[in-house]
Amino acid sequence: MIIRLIERTAVLLVSLVVSSVLVFAFMAVLPGDPARVALGVNASEEAVAQLREQFGLDRPLPTQYLDWLGGLLRGDFGISYVSKAAIGPQIIDRFQVTLWLVVAGMIIALVIAVPAGTVMAARHRHVSGLALSALSQVGVAVPAFLAGILLITLFAVKLGWLPANGWTPPAEDPGMFLQQLILPALALGLVQGAVLTRYVRSAVLEVLREDYLRTARAKGLRPFPALWRHGLRNAAVPVVTVLGLQLATLLIGAVVVERVFVIPGLGSLLLDAVSNRDLLLVQDVVMVLVVAVLVVNFFVDLLYVALDPRLRVSSR
Amino acid sequence: MNSVLAVEDLTVTVRDKTLVQDVSLTVDPGERVGLIGESGSGKSLTALSVMGLLPEDVHASGSVRLAGVDHDLIGADERRLSRVRGRQLAIVFQEPMTALNPTMRVGDQVAEAMLIHDTVPGRRAARAAAIELLGRVQLPDVLRAYPHQLSGGQRQRVVLALALANDPSLLICDEPTTALDVTVQAMVLDLIVRGVTDRSSALLFITHDLAVVATVCQRVLVMYGGRIVESGPVNEVFTSPRHRYTQGLIAASDLESADRRLPTIPGNVPAAGQFPNGCVFRTRCAHATEICATAPPWSGTASRGFACHHPAPALEPADA
Repeated sequence: MIIRLIERTAVLLVSLVVSSVLVFAFMAVLPGDPARVALGVNASEEAVAQLREQFGLDRPLPTQYLDWLGGLLRGDFGISYVSKAAIGPQIIDRFQVTLWLVVAGMIIALVIAVPAGTVMAARHRHVSGLALSALSQVGVAVPAFLAGILLITLFAVKLGWLPANGWTPPAEDPGMFLQQLILPALALGLVQGAVLTRYVRSAVLEVLREDYLRTARAKGLRPFPALWRHGLRNAAVPVVTVLGLQLATLLIGAVVVERVFVIPGLGSLLLDAVSNRDLLLVQDVVMVLVVAVLVVNFFVDLLYVALDPRLRVSSR
Repeated sequence: MNSVLAVEDLTVTVRDKTLVQDVSLTVDPGERVGLIGESGSGKSLTALSVMGLLPEDVHASGSVRLAGVDHDLIGADERRLSRVRGRQLAIVFQEPMTALNPTMRVGDQVAEAMLIHDTVPGRRAARAAAIELLGRVQLPDVLRAYPHQLSGGQRQRVVLALALANDPSLLICDEPTTALDVTVQAMVLDLIVRGVTDRSSALLFITHDLAVVATVCQRVLVMYGGRIVESGPVNEVFTSPRHRYTQGLIAASDLESADRRLPTIPGNVPAAGQFPNGCVFRTRCAHATEICATAPPWSGTASRGFACHHPAPALEPADA
């Protein structure tokens, strides 16, 4: 267990370093000089050179990289080339918004996928199972932004039950926060839920064929309790894997959904940064997203061990 | 009805194929009965029909009655069946490596068998009973172990412990030692016999191993092609087989004749549902004639008899 923890931590650290190099290198090879972009085409060469010096862009790339990485480790994200404002507070602010959205989306996805996938597997020969199967297939094909637009049209425009867009921090007005969270979280969660349902279904189908489920039935458990007590934890292992991977998809989905619902999250920050050519901001946001995905996958690895005792190699 | 288990005219079909046909058998209280036959002869399907655990597309008809249960097990709904399973009727399957839940401690899996049927007052009592049951199969310190930490033989003993947890009136063992090392086999067999004897439970023991039947069982049923072709006390059937199939089976496992080639039954067991009409063995039988195209009637009594048109001559049992 401890060996695995050390091993996984080492893998996490190495992936963090490698991905930071990649993100930095990718931004460095992009054509266009941030200082020139910041000052505009009409600025004089001297002014540009002066700004390059001010940003530290005249230094060799490895120095710039180490400087950037060192800053990140201290929580200093640098200063925007365009707005000249500190990037750190902006990212922390926006990250909270996206986190709410992603977590809510994930919960919705799970709440849909676990029961629906289980029923689909348990009743895979019946009409109800097939109907759910077909429905989830449709769900898989709908992109999150389209789901968002459809949800707005139905619940905000036609029925007027919920606000069409906007964002209120939970501390400010919890009621409004929830109302505004529901539709974007649904747009994210429904699609991910449909995808996840497919995985839950196949994981449960797999488990249903296992001998230990027959043993559970032979003990006197009825099919559903047998599946609940003996099947779900075993089925959870492959589902958790997919869940970890889906988190990356959810973050990307959030970028689009935040646009549709006019939510000031990390995604809209990234899109704004791209259109403003605010390269350091783009670099920082991308890095934050990469770190989030890597950290989640690190915890998924640890979750396996919690779920499956066979992975706890050191014991006995 | 004095028998613990009474199966009458059990027929098992999958789509249009008949896999088990008109099987009737009884097991008396405390009796140990062997059910032998080759792979594909329908032994396991018979066991699964009794348990009501057939795969979804396989159907059983006929009648299965269990002492103490006031309804037929065939056609009973899941709710009623689940009350019988694990309580009056328990089973040990062939494959110990996969029979236990890998994510649950074995003590909990044994305790669960009692908690499901409320045969113990609570969790604490179930735990104590699980320790005792595991001790009786000589596994004193495995309560908190996970299945992957145990060997195949140990796991099969755990399965045996949980099958016997509620003192069932009938224990079915479906090739319980086939997947085990020979050295472990003897121990597990001994524990099975001791387990059912201690509880006065009856045993239906399914195997293809004649030597195992000889050590474990009192009476034997020989199955071929989804039918019971011969039955009787073990020593009578083994020393004086009457059905030509039984005769071939016993000749093929005669290990004392080391100086000559082991005799075999010619041909192979036909695929499921592909058995000939009439006598199911006639395509492989050296004694078959035209009359074998009609189904042979049962000769003898329910407890000692056979279904063959050209039976082997009866011998006086050597040791009786």
